[in-house]
Amino acid sequence: MERTAVRGRLNWLVAEVVDLIDETGTVKSIVLDCPDWPLHLPGQHVDIRLTAEDGYQAQRSYSIANPPAGEKVVVTVELVDDGEVSPYLIGELAVGDQIELRGPIGGYFVWTPEHGGPVQLVAGGSGLVPLMAMIRALAESDRRVPVRLLTSARSRETLIYGDELRRLQSSLDNLEVAYTLTRAQPADWQGYSRRVDQQMLAETSWPATERPLGFVCGPTGFVETVAANLVALGHDAARIKTERFGPSGG
Amino acid sequence: MAIISRGFKGRRQEDAPRDRVPPGQYVTNDFPVLSAGPTPLISLDKWSLSLTSETGQTTSWTWDEFSALPTEAITVDIHCVTKWTKLDTSWEGVSVDTLLDGVQTSSGFLLVESYDGYTTNLPLADATNGKAWVTHIYDGEPLRPEHGGPARLLVPRLYLWKSAKWVRGLRLSSADQRGFWEGYGYHNYGDPWKEQRYAGD
Amino acid sequence: MTDMHLDGNALGALFIDLFGQEMTDQNGCCDACGAVNPFGRAVVYRDAPGDVMRCPDCGAVLIVAVRTETRLRVSIQSLRWIEVLE
Repeated sequence: MERTAVRGRLNWLVAEVVDLIDETGTVKSIVLDCPDWPLHLPGQHVDIRLTAEDGYQAQRSYSIANPPAGEKVVVTVELVDDGEVSPYLIGELAVGDQIELRGPIGGYFVWTPEHGGPVQLVAGGSGLVPLMAMIRALAESDRRVPVRLLTSARSRETLIYGDELRRLQSSLDNLEVAYTLTRAQPADWQGYSRRVDQQMLAETSWPATERPLGFVCGPTGFVETVAANLVALGHDAARIKTERFGPSGG
Repeated sequence: MAIISRGFKGRRQEDAPRDRVPPGQYVTNDFPVLSAGPTPLISLDKWSLSLTSETGQTTSWTWDEFSALPTEAITVDIHCVTKWTKLDTSWEGVSVDTLLDGVQTSSGFLLVESYDGYTTNLPLADATNGKAWVTHIYDGEPLRPEHGGPARLLVPRLYLWKSAKWVRGLRLSSADQRGFWEGYGYHNYGDPWKEQRYAGD
Repeated sequence: MTDMHLDGNALGALFIDLFGQEMTDQNGCCDACGAVNPFGRAVVYRDAPGDVMRCPDCGAVLIVAVRTETRLRVSIQSLRWIEVLE
């Protein structure tokens, strides 16, 4: 049943797929053009809804990967084995298709360069997506807010946005990026080779005395560990914002 | 009208055996974990199970006493209201009939209470005559905490929210008191074959 | 062992439906322990039949929401107060 527009409610909007970008073997970015899109903020997410011919519907939430850019919305979707929505988005969706979305959603896990810093970002796997929206907004901004990112992936093959991060790191002197690959490392690997722990955070993050704004995103267990370790390093828990994602049925 | 997503079929399976898979359900090989709160970790030396009659008379079993009760091996299909069905799950547990043995009751209902404060209700007739068990073994192994261990109720004929995890007590009652999800709009009975998901279904 | 809970961020759309505005950056006070936290910081269990939002400090149930085909039933529980934007 379709609802009529009610003030204060999120309405479903129609967007068109204008580009599909392979990020890794199991992760794709979907570039959408949504004429009625209200401008979003880095860190916000959208709900995407699929409808089968007989009316059956399924919806999931995805973080927005691009900085605010008019009608353009980019989501980066990781394939969930046995999932329901992600296999369709990654395997079936084609340029020119229409899709429904509603949003933007979220006001807590949000950062724009106007919020200032310094900023500490910590990402586990595809938890990098909303943090990348923040980094991309930083790259477009005149404000030289100092930002550090620690990003964890299983292997170089599963690290999303790798080339872009390297480019931004060399072009922005206010961005520092540290990497850890937890399962497999290339022979010439210079980064960390273990799960994020307190020592790694101490070596790569802003000290607590700098009172950074912290944003941690990843699977539930990853976020728990990182947030607990940051607090143990003296950071104010109220300045560490977290976004967990779980097995939402993909 | 919603935009049709060309080629999207969802999880529904056209080849699912219709006599085993209730309407609106799909078959999964996983065992999804659903919870409304933190998983309680209960050590076996602190665990007990109680049965309270409508007059307030309580029988309780320590873990050792519970483990000494006769068990049954059960292989059943289970159906979760979130639409997954898992076929041929194998359990071992103590039949509710065994726990009720020697208890005189005219109660019509059972309120099930868990260590995390969760509750669920069902007619006593749906828990007796070989229809429900307190299980502590899944697939030949001690039931893991995320699936309700040390012990959970198993009532395979009803949606799985009735099979309370971390079960602590069974309360016999002449009045039907709604449990946690039943009180928030889930169906009071929950027959998967009639798709009784929400109150009014 | 880790519970598979999420944060209040995951209920952002629900809050907008309920309160008509973005709520994850608004505060609520837990009636059980008195802790004041933004909604986005709450502990959320979404894999249950409904959505359960708990106090991040004491675990008390703050909100339970059940969506049926046509209705959204919401139980506001241990919330002493909430703030919204005027």
